[in-house]
Amino acid sequence: MKKFLSIAVASAMVAAALTGCGSNPSSDSTAPTEGTEGNASDSGTAEGGASAEGGVFKIGGIGPVTGAAAVYGQAVKNAAQLAVDEINAAGGINGAQIEFNFQDDEHDAEKAVNAYNTLKDWDMQVLLGTVTSTPCTAVVEKTHEDNLFHLTPSGSAVESIQYDNAFRVCFSDPNQGTASAQYIGENKLATKVAVIYNSSDVYSSGIYQTFATEAPNQGLEIVSAEAFTADSNTDFSVQLQKAKDAGAELVFLPIYYTEASIILGQADKMGFDPLFFGCDGLDGILAVEDFDISLAEGVMLLTPFAADAEDELTQSFVKAYQDSFGDVPNQFAADAYDGIYAIKAAIEKAGVTPDMSASDICDALKVSMTEITIDGLTGSGMTWGADGEPNKEPKAVKITDGAYAAM
Amino acid sequence: MSLLSYLINGISLGSVYAIIALGYTMVYGIAKMLNFAHGDVIMVGGYVVFVLASGMGLPPILAVLISMVVCTVLGMVIERVAYKPLRMAASPLAVLITAIGVSYLLQNLALLLFGANTKSFTSVVTIPAIVLAEGQLTISGETIVTIIACIVIMVGLTVFIKKTKAGQAMLAVSEDKGAAQLMGINVNGTIALTFAIGSALAAVAGVLLCSTYPSLTPYTGAMPGIKAFVAAVFGGIGSIPGAMIGGILLGIIEILGKAYISSQMADAIVFAVLIVVLLVKPTGILGKEIQEKV
Amino acid sequence: MNKMNRVTKQNLITYAIVIVAYLIVMLLGLTGHISSLMEGLLVPLCIYVILAVSLNLVVGILGELSLGHAGFMCVGAFAGAFFSMCTKEAMPAGLRFLLALVIGAAVAAVFGILIGIPVLRLRGDYLAIVTLAFGEIIKNLMNVLYIGRDETGFHFSMKDSMALGLSPEGKTIINGPQGITGTPHDASFTIGIALILLTLFIILNLIHSRDGRAIMAIRDNRIAAESIGINVTKYKLMAFTLSASIAGVAGVLYAHNLSTLTALPKNFGYNMSIMILVFVVLGGIGNIRGSVISAVVLTLLPELLRGLSDYRMLIYAVVLIAMMLFNWSPKAVTFRERYSLKRLLHREKTPDNHAAQ
Repeated sequence: MKKFLSIAVASAMVAAALTGCGSNPSSDSTAPTEGTEGNASDSGTAEGGASAEGGVFKIGGIGPVTGAAAVYGQAVKNAAQLAVDEINAAGGINGAQIEFNFQDDEHDAEKAVNAYNTLKDWDMQVLLGTVTSTPCTAVVEKTHEDNLFHLTPSGSAVESIQYDNAFRVCFSDPNQGTASAQYIGENKLATKVAVIYNSSDVYSSGIYQTFATEAPNQGLEIVSAEAFTADSNTDFSVQLQKAKDAGAELVFLPIYYTEASIILGQADKMGFDPLFFGCDGLDGILAVEDFDISLAEGVMLLTPFAADAEDELTQSFVKAYQDSFGDVPNQFAADAYDGIYAIKAAIEKAGVTPDMSASDICDALKVSMTEITIDGLTGSGMTWGADGEPNKEPKAVKITDGAYAAM
Repeated sequence: MSLLSYLINGISLGSVYAIIALGYTMVYGIAKMLNFAHGDVIMVGGYVVFVLASGMGLPPILAVLISMVVCTVLGMVIERVAYKPLRMAASPLAVLITAIGVSYLLQNLALLLFGANTKSFTSVVTIPAIVLAEGQLTISGETIVTIIACIVIMVGLTVFIKKTKAGQAMLAVSEDKGAAQLMGINVNGTIALTFAIGSALAAVAGVLLCSTYPSLTPYTGAMPGIKAFVAAVFGGIGSIPGAMIGGILLGIIEILGKAYISSQMADAIVFAVLIVVLLVKPTGILGKEIQEKV
Repeated sequence: MNKMNRVTKQNLITYAIVIVAYLIVMLLGLTGHISSLMEGLLVPLCIYVILAVSLNLVVGILGELSLGHAGFMCVGAFAGAFFSMCTKEAMPAGLRFLLALVIGAAVAAVFGILIGIPVLRLRGDYLAIVTLAFGEIIKNLMNVLYIGRDETGFHFSMKDSMALGLSPEGKTIINGPQGITGTPHDASFTIGIALILLTLFIILNLIHSRDGRAIMAIRDNRIAAESIGINVTKYKLMAFTLSASIAGVAGVLYAHNLSTLTALPKNFGYNMSIMILVFVVLGGIGNIRGSVISAVVLTLLPELLRGLSDYRMLIYAVVLIAMMLFNWSPKAVTFRERYSLKRLLHREKTPDNHAAQ
């Protein structure tokens, strides 16, 4: 009997899935997933106005909003929604409104492809995603097949944008590793360098490897290179002890701020006080709730974005973000926000209209993307090459008195 | 000197595993189920203290006590709703799967309530660190408190089980449920009590885990939970001193493996040692050999 | 004779379900009624069905708890993908994929034996923890494995890609945590269904063979089985290895469905092993057809819940608990039996019969 019931349930579900999505793709979009906490009403009005003149651009987003990487996906989702609402309120792109639909990928390549297919059923025209590198590498294969314009806010692996339809807002991993080594070398910050990196993470090990390749050219000596993994990321005493014993003057941390906040605390307890130098993943450390920011005093990082920068754009963004979502936005949020505006600029430049097919839009945007210049949160005068890499300068900042200061 | 310092760090990490493993092993010993949601109860305990102490400004001790009450109630509710209906199920695996479901449920609830952002947990421990050998060695206050708490809990549990009626009832239930029932022991009540104690211990473990490694996310409990489960098996699951020994050994192996073999392969080393130990001693270090009846 | 027929009939029904599902999907595909989401899910569904069926051999038929099934899948996936990457230009796609499947199965089987031998000493939860440990070791090692190739041959390192010492023309094939990128997209729904049928054929035949009965005898009473001369070691190892190698096949399918293969906690960690176990337990331990159905249902469920946005995984957890309680709680079982459809139908029929008399 159990079996009959299971079969009945199963076939009902399959049938629902097939007919629900298959015959009538637009029916899914009635529940656009975007009722993000604070601004459900905003997106409601956006849609209300959407059907007016100019039509609707359908922009999809993919990233992890559940699971261990949820913090990055939620930042991208929120910030992208913020940008979309702003653009819609200001009259849209060439009079056309934007509809934004963000799907969860749980930081898994297979789920990311499922999310992509869901968005395809929704008739997505442009993709902002995915947030993390590995899923992005899987999805770029699909967007390339379908010839759909693909802009990742933060997928930093080289392969994540290996086709001509794909661009990114953030720096690539090799770029950051080399830039960090060069910065340390040129500014003579230290000669004996220790590295603590996450060997189970593409981003972290990618930066470490290019850093280690570039370091000898800059006269840096890597005295200790110790790893940790996602499964043992609570205790860093060994890695710090080794760096200390090797006499490191500077510890390079190409990792995310979650682990870095623990590392700084443990180093302090050990009485180990070298220079700490990080990449954009370290941005956000000051926003960790209840974090003792005196621990981060003197930490340097290369980042395109700093939440307490003085310029008007950053300040209004941070304020709007905090009003809607309660948290201080991190670098992922900034990348996503810039990403939406980059898509807007590219669409305006190419003069595409919402009634064009995704493939035609892609062909037009591929060209116009290389012609636009954006003054965004993560850099002013950003341009893109045909290889999809952004041209912008990383800013080196130092944490002094609990705030970022340009160096 | 560095070896000594690694050992101290290993004991520090191990004592956190041990305190989680105590709750694990206790529930296993009596209810004979792997409570995969135990790690997530720890996370809940951490969040309760975080909200009370940082958000509302209650004194840490009070926050910890409230957290213990919350976790106790949570543990009993979970047991009543999700585990008890399956106690007599045809396969013991059924309840294992619901435990996994409960684990997902708690993680996603925390994700919705508190968001995915990392919270930095302010340590509730105020004891200063002990500094030895002119600053070469430091034993943090958290480590001292964790080890003391571990020993107190271990002794307390042992006394409770040996000397009180309820404890004797637990022992009886763990030996033979059917026989215990025939002797007039309230089996359901005893198991509920076990979950209550186990969950209260989880709250303590959560506070100490987050105090030692001050970062709190909805997934904080998952990996320490699995490691503590490994520690409990290591020491002989069901054995209370075994959980403590297993936890501390696991911490030391993890740290020494990282220090002297490879930091990239720390997980592989820990698990490989576990496999070797279980092959030599199939029921863990202090586990009872069970004679098979024909 | 009658009994044999019943078994054959049951098996035929299982095959028929798979084939009918295949035909329906193909028909919908031809008439354009299938959504992209469903189309993308077809191969993963096949993968999870194969995994669930193969794990059921260990959990249901052999009666041992394994929490490391994803480890075998991982080994198979990396072996198969590595082979495909090496022979990408040298071989036609069909032959290459066939060989990749065979290699994935063989490598996973070797690991099955390696793990199987020591594991035979252990039972119950201790076995579970060792298999879990094995899965985690595999995942960890895959994350530090670097293999590259240049004109001088293969280079191998467990540290980082610089340690490979590749010449400038050399190519890194397995790049640590980044794994293998650019695996050819050889998997298809038809191949997946063919592999499901093959898996079902092997396992259903094994269960109803002399060997299968020996394995089940070990499950029901090891000592009794031993005393009547059943070679416990041989049969346990047989079931364990077969299950591992089928998981390896599923891994190869997985690797050739996505262009990127990495060993993350999400796809090859204990979470995945537990997920497969959930399929098996929910579908009914030892019930092969149940595994097929529950793997399909539970893989589709989170995708169908996408409309719920933030509450998706929460609802999924609640549904999982509810389904477990409904399927397994003794109270629910009696309730279901009392009010089951079959019985209601039966009850309606009985008075009819009386009337006829």
